[in-house]
Amino acid sequence: MTMMIDTGNYIAAKAAIMARPAVVAAYPITPQTTVVEGIAKYVDTGEYKGEYICVESEHSAMSACIGASAAGVRTFTATSSHGLLLMHEMLHWAALARMPIVMCNINRVVGPGWNIWADQNDSISQRDTGWIQIYCSSNQEIFDTVIQSFKIAEHEKIILPVMINYDAFVLSHTSMPADIPTQKEIDDFLPAYKPHWKLDVNNPITFGNIIAPMSYYKVRKAMQDAQEHAKTIIPKITKEWEQTFKRNHGGLFEEYKTEDAEFILISSGALGAESKAAIDELQKKGLKVGLARLRVFRPFPTEEIIRLSKKAHLIVIDRNISIGNEGAMFNEIKAALYQKSDAKVIGYIAGLGGTDVTYKDIEKMCEKAVRGKTKTNEWYGLRED
Amino acid sequence: MAIKDMPTEECMLPGNASCPGCPATMALRIVLKALGKNTVMTVPACCTAVIESLYPNTSFDVPVMNIAFEAAAAGASGIEAALRQLGQKDTTVLAWAGDGGTYDIGLQALSGALERGTNFIYICYNNQIYSNTGIQRSGATPYAAWTTTTVGGKTEFRKEMGDIIRAHHIPYSAQTCISYPEDLYAKVKKAKDIHGPKYIEILAPCPPGWRFSMDKTVEMGRLAVETGAWTMYECENDIMTFNGKSKLILDKKIEKKPLEEWIKLQGRFSHLFKPKRDEEKLKLMQQHIDQIWERYRKCP
Repeated sequence: MTMMIDTGNYIAAKAAIMARPAVVAAYPITPQTTVVEGIAKYVDTGEYKGEYICVESEHSAMSACIGASAAGVRTFTATSSHGLLLMHEMLHWAALARMPIVMCNINRVVGPGWNIWADQNDSISQRDTGWIQIYCSSNQEIFDTVIQSFKIAEHEKIILPVMINYDAFVLSHTSMPADIPTQKEIDDFLPAYKPHWKLDVNNPITFGNIIAPMSYYKVRKAMQDAQEHAKTIIPKITKEWEQTFKRNHGGLFEEYKTEDAEFILISSGALGAESKAAIDELQKKGLKVGLARLRVFRPFPTEEIIRLSKKAHLIVIDRNISIGNEGAMFNEIKAALYQKSDAKVIGYIAGLGGTDVTYKDIEKMCEKAVRGKTKTNEWYGLRED
Repeated sequence: MAIKDMPTEECMLPGNASCPGCPATMALRIVLKALGKNTVMTVPACCTAVIESLYPNTSFDVPVMNIAFEAAAAGASGIEAALRQLGQKDTTVLAWAGDGGTYDIGLQALSGALERGTNFIYICYNNQIYSNTGIQRSGATPYAAWTTTTVGGKTEFRKEMGDIIRAHHIPYSAQTCISYPEDLYAKVKKAKDIHGPKYIEILAPCPPGWRFSMDKTVEMGRLAVETGAWTMYECENDIMTFNGKSKLILDKKIEKKPLEEWIKLQGRFSHLFKPKRDEEKLKLMQQHIDQIWERYRKCP
């Protein structure tokens, strides 16, 4: 194991090549660019020996990953914001075709106007594509999650693509230390990919042809079953990682000081990491607020949320908005509790457009919620000037 | 190679879902005879996606990956890269797309794959319309042709895809027509043995789309070549060679037939003749063809 002090993107690139994908296909977009640059450096030094396809768009990046994955090899890509949105059609395609592709998405504002700061509306708007979605809060977690994600995606009961999300600049371009295991340790944890099916000239099968309604209905059910399986398999895989590498960022959630909590804050991404500092301050003041940092948004951890709601009321901060309704996590958390819990759920919108959300802000939000003074789905910090 | 000497092995199985007289199946049967079973194929949205038949059946005896409309060339890039990593360097990667998926929505991905030097064969079977969706105009639809989106006849000339392809300076590109299976076979066979990106376009007269009788597909292709409305050529390392009747026309050994002989047999042009002849448009169309041939004669 060696210590690497670098940005989230370079650490993601390092993790990606250590997972030994045979094909990487990617297109540059701020703030993902340094991931593709990082991989290009490893091509140059010979540390990455797979194929690196510099495609002419994100749509083609995902299409090439689908082609490579169908031909039976491990594949990786990375994107952000508009790139993710251009991929939208192929995100559905990858998931429906059951391709275990792993992708980093750097959460960035969607235009217009052009804005490259952190915001989750890009990935949240892809929640119905069938991809597993994981949100990271540190560079170490990015590294570990990239490796784990291949194991999750390729698990025989899942076989679905995984999207690893982390915040623009706050993580993508901020240097932090991360322990990097040896290649041998990674190989032991993540053995070579054995596809469950592939394009094979000795066994010629047609994939994705015209399909009748009932057959398609079964395809959808199988995807749903796979996502359900992922709810138990993801925590098992993070546990397995912990046994080898002595760290676990959480399975579906990372819980922090929730033991005697009367309120539990649910947040995600870098804002989730910032929330820990807020919780420390709140508890010093005697306010019984704990944190459950949501790591996995798809599959949606319904059962875990019900469990949390049995011990405390919930405060939710969304760095996204389903325009015309409310924050996506707030909305789905309430739905999870329908007829299962009497816990209060208090929702905030915060940090849209990359506006800064410090631990002090989170502290204020929680304090106001505990005092019962929060308006329904309040937009925190929105100034009128 | 004469038809009787072509391999008897069939990679297109009986029982496909094409229309009677379909040129796509005629072409693909020959293409797969030339490529053989060590071929992986990717097909975007087009008639062939239907011709394959309904899941879980298939009419193809090579592995096929269906892909989104605009994505055939990019999907092929991924397949090719993966096969190289797996050591299957002698497997041919074939992208098989219609003119809509090539001239229009798939143009960007195709250009990207050609520029990157992807080692694959891209074949466009060109029936000059979006036929799978029910006869709408494409960038390949000729001037004045009726489609469901050009009800009074198309008001623009088709784009010259061959010129666009040749601007990429790939090792091999060619045009052929379903009516000349020996030419098609030879071109695919030649492309198979060349490393790098190869592009072949096959004119595919579509009976329901062009409005002619289903027993006239081959005749309609021949007339397209004989009138000069379609050209058969190869371009190897930027050197153009014309083939068959197209060579005779280029060298002025034969006169090309008047364009009218081809268009008067197709219902999609019937409005040029009834209720009265549209001399102006007919003249314009003939001039357009003549200009194309003048350009060909200046080719290196």
